Amino acid sequence: MAKFHFEKGHMVPVPSHSIIPERDLGSAPVLECSHLGIQFGGLKAVDDFNLTIGRTEIAGLIGPNGAGKTTVFNLLTKVYQPTMGTILLNGQDTSGKTTAQINRMGIARTFQNIRLFNNLSVEDNVKIGLHNHNRYSMASGVLRLPSYWKQEKAAHERAMELLSIFHMEDLANHQAGSLPYGAQRRLEIVRALATDPSLLLLDEPAAGMNPSETAELMENIVKIRDTFQIAVMLIEHDMNLVMGICEGICVLNFGRVIAKGTSKEIQENPAVIEAYLGRRKEG
Amino acid sequence: MKKRSMSPASRSAFINYGIVIVAYVVIQILLGQGALSNTLQSLLVPVCCYIVMAVSLNLTVGVLGELSLGHAGFMSLGAFSGIIVSFALQDVITLAPLRLVIAIVVGAIIGGIGGVLIGVPVLRLRGDYLAIVTLAFGEIIKNVIMVLYVGLDEEGLHFATSQSNLKMAYEGVAIIKGPMGAVGVTRLATFTAGFILVLVTLIIVQNLVNSRSGRAILALRDNRIAAESVGISVTKYKLMAFVTSAALAGAAGALFGLNYSSTMATRFDFNTSILILVFVVLGGLGSIRGSMIAAALLYILPEMLRSFAISEYRMLIYAIILILVMLFTNNPKLKELIAKIVPKGKKKGGEVNG
Repeated sequence: MAKFHFEKGHMVPVPSHSIIPERDLGSAPVLECSHLGIQFGGLKAVDDFNLTIGRTEIAGLIGPNGAGKTTVFNLLTKVYQPTMGTILLNGQDTSGKTTAQINRMGIARTFQNIRLFNNLSVEDNVKIGLHNHNRYSMASGVLRLPSYWKQEKAAHERAMELLSIFHMEDLANHQAGSLPYGAQRRLEIVRALATDPSLLLLDEPAAGMNPSETAELMENIVKIRDTFQIAVMLIEHDMNLVMGICEGICVLNFGRVIAKGTSKEIQENPAVIEAYLGRRKEG
Repeated sequence: MKKRSMSPASRSAFINYGIVIVAYVVIQILLGQGALSNTLQSLLVPVCCYIVMAVSLNLTVGVLGELSLGHAGFMSLGAFSGIIVSFALQDVITLAPLRLVIAIVVGAIIGGIGGVLIGVPVLRLRGDYLAIVTLAFGEIIKNVIMVLYVGLDEEGLHFATSQSNLKMAYEGVAIIKGPMGAVGVTRLATFTAGFILVLVTLIIVQNLVNSRSGRAILALRDNRIAAESVGISVTKYKLMAFVTSAALAGAAGALFGLNYSSTMATRFDFNTSILILVFVVLGGLGSIRGSMIAAALLYILPEMLRSFAISEYRMLIYAIILILVMLFTNNPKLKELIAKIVPKGKKKGGEVNG
């Protein structure tokens, strides 16, 4: 198999006990979580979560099943309101914001169980992602004023351009729900990118993909990061993908961070090995 | 692949305009030849009103995906405010069509305000609250108008809850008399007005659906969480669809009210709301063309049946039809059969198939 080559950035520590790529030191981090947590009744699903992500970093969030990874995504996007801690997005506090506002502030995401607009066309799915970027009023839409035609044309062109990232232009008129599984996952990423985020959250992007599809996905994630100059944070169980492209990796177990570091450091960390494989019986 | 100059959605929209215009021309020719019976002629305006009602309810139920059981309440608001306005302007504006237009616009505004009042608190909630609240709203409007007395004299409009409280000058006229409803209404509505209102409704609904706002509404219907995740404000677009729907119902109500010399509040009861819902469900949720056709056919047929002995069972027959359609549309075997008959190509991107 032709090995996909990717040069990871050199990671340096920052004050919040995280590491970010050296190239991102000059600009403010895209995301800073401090003491983030949520409690459901007596259960602390996520507790004392601290993480800083650099402006163009590809970060990984891993952990055994039920560790609270998706909950972290739901906290970041305010699907759940955190009960503890703060989230700074591009330096701005996000407390009290709604999911929609968070998206406008710069976080876009995909879902573990794909959530497309199944009855709409592929192109419309992307155009809905462009919702806040073509701004004509309801009246100009109903009366078909010039701003409608101009912006609809621009939206169509932009949608096609975004679909071309994954070579999906030919599928534009297909119904999103009728696409094969892999294409649906890719469409979700395109739709998220359409909102022009500064941080892209991918929840198990490689789930259900075969090794060659996964390899292609890895290339595409790097390509997206390079083209759009955004940060990517992904949850993934496929360790080839995580170790291959994630610069900083955060390991979660029982809602708490048990390790942070580069892929090499994570692989050698005894706490991580124990979380995944269990403790070795001595003697 | 052949290049199309028009998107499937706009082509479908233009077919709908075509159907309405052709129907109008054909009926005008038939009217000219005297081929329509008096009964049928008297149905022309109400049919237009019910088409507008069905298409507008489809915006809430089919496009937005929220159940509304009080659409007739908005019609009622429009009907009585339209009647009051046309009465009040009788001496100021002598041109009947202009007065009708103003009455319809006022009806739409009042209907829209009703929509805002209901939508703002209720559409924030998830679940079936809208159905419950609109159901109550329809009944409340009916009961309020049942005890409402409105009179007009040179001082202006008087509102009261009994005839004696109106305190009008001797020559004042009572427009709405509580349980008797509006009486002595000048019948301004014409078939042409109905036709124009249907066309305007189609333009508003179809252009709305095929725009940025409409896509946001469809996105909310398909997957609320995903829609929020791409920055779509839930309450704003739910409200937009619901208020537009209510305003159009108000406009239809104004035309309906001005088609009869007297109108009672009980005309716009729960049964009427359900009747309109039946049109929408039978025509197909989200299908504008289906709503149009179902409204026209299902409104004319029972009215024709009125002359027969089974007229008392009209609502019973409707209930049975509604249940049967619900059963059949949820039948997987039947769906398979339909999928086999309908060519696959037609299904592509068919979010609003009419």
